[in-house]
Amino acid sequence: MELKAITANRLRDGAVVWLGPQGDWVERVELAAAFDDAAAKVALAEAEKSAAANVVVGVYAFEVEVVDGVPKPLRQRERIRAQGPSIRTDVGKQADALDRAA
Amino acid sequence: MTYLAPKRHAGVYRYDEIDRQFLNERVAEYRGQVARRLSGALTEDEFKPLRLMNGLYLQLHAYMLRIAIPYGALATHQLRGLARIGRRWDKGYGHFTTRQNLQFHWIRLEDTPEIMAELAAIDMHAIQTSGNCIRNVTTDQFAGAAPDEVVDPRVYAEILRQWSTIHPEFTYLPRKFKIAITGSANDRAAIRVHDVGLLAKRNEAGEIGFAVYVGGGLGRTPYLGVKVSDWVGEQDLIAYLEAILRVYNQFGRRDNLYKARIKILVHQGGKQKFIDNVEAEFARIRGPKYRLDPAIVEAIERNFAPPPFEELPPYSEAFDRAKREDAAFAVWARNSVRDHRAPGYASVTISLKPIGGVTGDITSDQMDTVADLADRYSFGEVRVTHEQNLVLAHVRQDDLFDLWKALDAAGLGTPNAGLITDLITCPGLDYCSLANARSIPIGQEIQKRFADQQRQQDIGDLKIKMSGCINACGHHHLGAIGILGVDKKGEEFYQITLGGNAELDGAIGDIVGAALPPDEAVDAVESIVDLYLERRQPGERFLDTLARIGMGPFKEKLYGAA
Repeated sequence: MELKAITANRLRDGAVVWLGPQGDWVERVELAAAFDDAAAKVALAEAEKSAAANVVVGVYAFEVEVVDGVPKPLRQRERIRAQGPSIRTDVGKQADALDRAA
Repeated sequence: MTYLAPKRHAGVYRYDEIDRQFLNERVAEYRGQVARRLSGALTEDEFKPLRLMNGLYLQLHAYMLRIAIPYGALATHQLRGLARIGRRWDKGYGHFTTRQNLQFHWIRLEDTPEIMAELAAIDMHAIQTSGNCIRNVTTDQFAGAAPDEVVDPRVYAEILRQWSTIHPEFTYLPRKFKIAITGSANDRAAIRVHDVGLLAKRNEAGEIGFAVYVGGGLGRTPYLGVKVSDWVGEQDLIAYLEAILRVYNQFGRRDNLYKARIKILVHQGGKQKFIDNVEAEFARIRGPKYRLDPAIVEAIERNFAPPPFEELPPYSEAFDRAKREDAAFAVWARNSVRDHRAPGYASVTISLKPIGGVTGDITSDQMDTVADLADRYSFGEVRVTHEQNLVLAHVRQDDLFDLWKALDAAGLGTPNAGLITDLITCPGLDYCSLANARSIPIGQEIQKRFADQQRQQDIGDLKIKMSGCINACGHHHLGAIGILGVDKKGEEFYQITLGGNAELDGAIGDIVGAALPPDEAVDAVESIVDLYLERRQPGERFLDTLARIGMGPFKEKLYGAA
């Protein structure tokens, strides 16, 4: 089944965030919620309210697969957004330990 | 923030009180806009055009701030200021672009008013680095130093900067508008791929005028600019450009983003019709209001007066001896040092293309080092090149060895300027929200394949240029070997073009065949180079061999016989 996660950038600092299972914005894709198609539409509408409230900008849904309970982006663009530049592993999400970001 | 002034002899424009007041007011205005956005008084739709007018994009990982470096010229205190910004508000590094600007990729919106204030204190800003306006004017990185220069293009680049900055009529053009200018017949500013390209020259009477090319551009529909006038006298420069912009503003398409650049108006709307319209408008507005006052030209020329060169013999025994005694220095000098118009001096290219590094990236510490070296050896100024390197324009030949040692110690001594590993790449999918594929890792792999210095020297002049999407920030159409990243069902593929050339007799590269996956693309580049080495005749550059034998053998090598 095709699954989707919802992402955006936080307004104040531009950081990449994903919609979490509690409806909050989380800083790691591993902590994001994965939705089926119908649920993704509802979640996207909720996320847009967060954009209207000036918390985030640029909300959209993208395809993921869930491996061992963790959402993984299917497209290269989203993999890079989730990790950081592939040519500099010292910057971006990949440079921060998951437990610190949670 | 205390205002800082450039070194006395640095070849940069000196802001006056009016310039500084304008910038300070602009910072205050922007500070208010950001505050209103953060409070929710402005929506994103309302705020986005305002931030873009100040160079602030939202990219893949964060906000990106593109800072204008007018015609690529930096005083050393400005470079140190950029280093400070990188350290304090970014991640300690920046990226020089093919438009001679600097980008910081990890900026926080809430910090940007302070960054703008810091920039204003060093006579810098991020205006005209985005939006449908006249963008930062670019020029020859060897201006004022090159032996073949006829006219110093910085003078006119600065005049165009002043004319175009927040020009009320040209702030909402159909699309962005880029101007490049060269003062040498050996075009190093790629003027034929700009919306307007200017070739400054002199007539038999010694008067200055300009050949004007219009309608060049890359992107989805690449075109070389066409010459619309062989001579526009200095005094008419602004009137003529004003006429071009007015015709574009009136007739350029606003209904289709992909057909909105002036190149479409010129090439698809009819060249002669375009020229007729421009000439008619030029005739109408030509007169005192738009005449470029010689007094203004002289005043601006004073900013770019030659620094006080010492009287030196043309030959430096110290330079020659150092080359004989140190083979590594000799290799660097061969590729990085070029002739200067003043006897005993040279211009130096500082490669920002370390093998396996990130093209155009520089750390804050390296910026400080370059600034210190420019103060010591090159009259306190630094140039940014459209090929994403830096230049110290005026270095005594006697000082070259010491300069090289200092650069090398800072990781800035890569001896590949002008060689195959001195390639252009855009930030690509590693940073850019528009990109379809990564550019930098492909560039790194290509560099590693050709890392052997002797092999690079043997290959000679062969420019590789790479873009991660059709917008062509990496000028792939102009690469002798061009590489365009494309997306195929979420995976990266690379399309190869051959025969591009950014010079005055330039050409847009032709596609060789179907796009290839990353590994095969790098293999393909090596195969192309190997075939060139196999088939070239004595003295032939890659482009010469390609012109002689045609695309066929290269196509067959990559894709087999048809």
